[in-house]
Amino acid sequence: METQKICFAGFGGQGVLSAGKLLTYAGMLEGKEVSWCPSYGPEMRGGTANCAVVVSDEPVASPVITENATAAVIMNLPSFDKFVNIVKSGGTIIINSSLIDKKVERDDVKVIYVPANEIAKEIGNPNLLNIILIGALIAIEKTVSENSIIDAFTKVFGENKAKFIPINKEAIEKGIECAKSQI
Amino acid sequence: MAKVLMKGNEAVGKAAIEAGCRYFFGYPITPQSELPEYMARELPKVGGVFVQSESEISAINMVYGAASAGARVMTSSSSPGIALKQEGIGYITKANRPAVIVNMMRGGPGLGTIQPSQADYHMCVKGGSNGDYHNIVLAPSSIQEAVDMVIEAFDLADIYLTPVIILADGLIGQMMEPVEFTNKKQREIPKKDWALVGKGKGERHITKNLDLNPLDLERENIELFEKYKKIEENETQYEDYLMEDAEYAFVAYGTSARIVKSAVRKLREEGYKIGLIRPKTLWPFPKEAFKRNNIKKYIDIEMSMGQMVDDVKLACEDVHKVVFYGRSGGVILSSEEIVDFGKSIMGGAL
Repeated sequence: METQKICFAGFGGQGVLSAGKLLTYAGMLEGKEVSWCPSYGPEMRGGTANCAVVVSDEPVASPVITENATAAVIMNLPSFDKFVNIVKSGGTIIINSSLIDKKVERDDVKVIYVPANEIAKEIGNPNLLNIILIGALIAIEKTVSENSIIDAFTKVFGENKAKFIPINKEAIEKGIECAKSQI
Repeated sequence: MAKVLMKGNEAVGKAAIEAGCRYFFGYPITPQSELPEYMARELPKVGGVFVQSESEISAINMVYGAASAGARVMTSSSSPGIALKQEGIGYITKANRPAVIVNMMRGGPGLGTIQPSQADYHMCVKGGSNGDYHNIVLAPSSIQEAVDMVIEAFDLADIYLTPVIILADGLIGQMMEPVEFTNKKQREIPKKDWALVGKGKGERHITKNLDLNPLDLERENIELFEKYKKIEENETQYEDYLMEDAEYAFVAYGTSARIVKSAVRKLREEGYKIGLIRPKTLWPFPKEAFKRNNIKKYIDIEMSMGQMVDDVKLACEDVHKVVFYGRSGGVILSSEEIVDFGKSIMGGAL
């Protein structure tokens, strides 16, 4: 596979960092080379958050992504301007259209609009928006399988969260469904 | 044990505890604060002691005390904090006591930035404290290697009775990678028959720093350098990457080396005969790696304005063979710029 470099961006509390960890762990479980790297700095609670995930067949060189990302998952408006242009030509941009009313004005990338907050509310848990967006991402990018995300779930969040696996599975599938309806 | 995904700072803490470290004295600073946090949480569970000191200076002197009592002890910080610890590092060195010091480097000079950097090579490898001395300096390039090197560092410190510095950077501290704790067999450690054991518990031992008689101090320094000779002979480590038929060699350590490796792979695909020499011990520096007649240029790459490059020039004994490219101030190198610089040096190598 081509080395996948994926940025997750949003605000603190949306599950930006944990979405990245889930994808990274799933990649590791599939035997791929992986890295996860957060942006770190003087941030306030509720401020912007982003992380970079690399999934590859080769040892990961730089865990930081400054250009040529293969995909970006953008969860809020302040992250939109910063991350839309980090994705290389032919890449994929997943937009949380619940919080972002702008359209991506590029014709060289695949863009998927996912009303993640609304879908999460429908499923019954607003915290699931990041999981829905992962579903949309893997539907297009095939970074890892849906099963690997589920297998990674308790590794990242702990065994005591296993009871939430069914609702998370539903969230991933809603994300996949939403993405597939747009291609 | 299977692989787990861990943040570098926490993995280093876990490795230290597995190596038998039971004392940690430190003070928080970005980008290494998860390491003291981990130790504060985990050390008490194994009967260990964590103290957040009032400053880096008191932390390193607590390390001096615990080391003198024969404990496996660690402190960690990032660049400006390591600068503050230099006096204590010199004292521990002079007293021939074992300690492990972790530096997750950030950009400087001064308070600088919190982003990753490799600009403390001079401070940690050349000696940021006073007097005639060296410390063993290990430079991990991945989180797995950081774990392995921490475990090795405690052994090296106990065998040679010296501070050992883990010189990594903010990226190694902050990122997560798969890592395995294999409980690799540790080396045989000499009995600590010099340790201060307290009043009334056997023979009297002394830990001291002051030697007012120049001849005495000179003799001790000569002994110190006999020890350093042994370390140079036995403990020097480096990695050759695609060097067999190489005509050009990148030289890089730590985070830079992993980025350079991907540049080497790209250049190899285009037919360039280039490899990488990666020092794993920065002191002792792997001088023998640079005694190759078939190398036209050594291309030194660092996240600094050029520090290790001095050692490369000394080691290959031809300053004209060495060129340098670096980024400073917390800017992380990209493999694309390394490829471009490599091509500008190799020109018509194809």
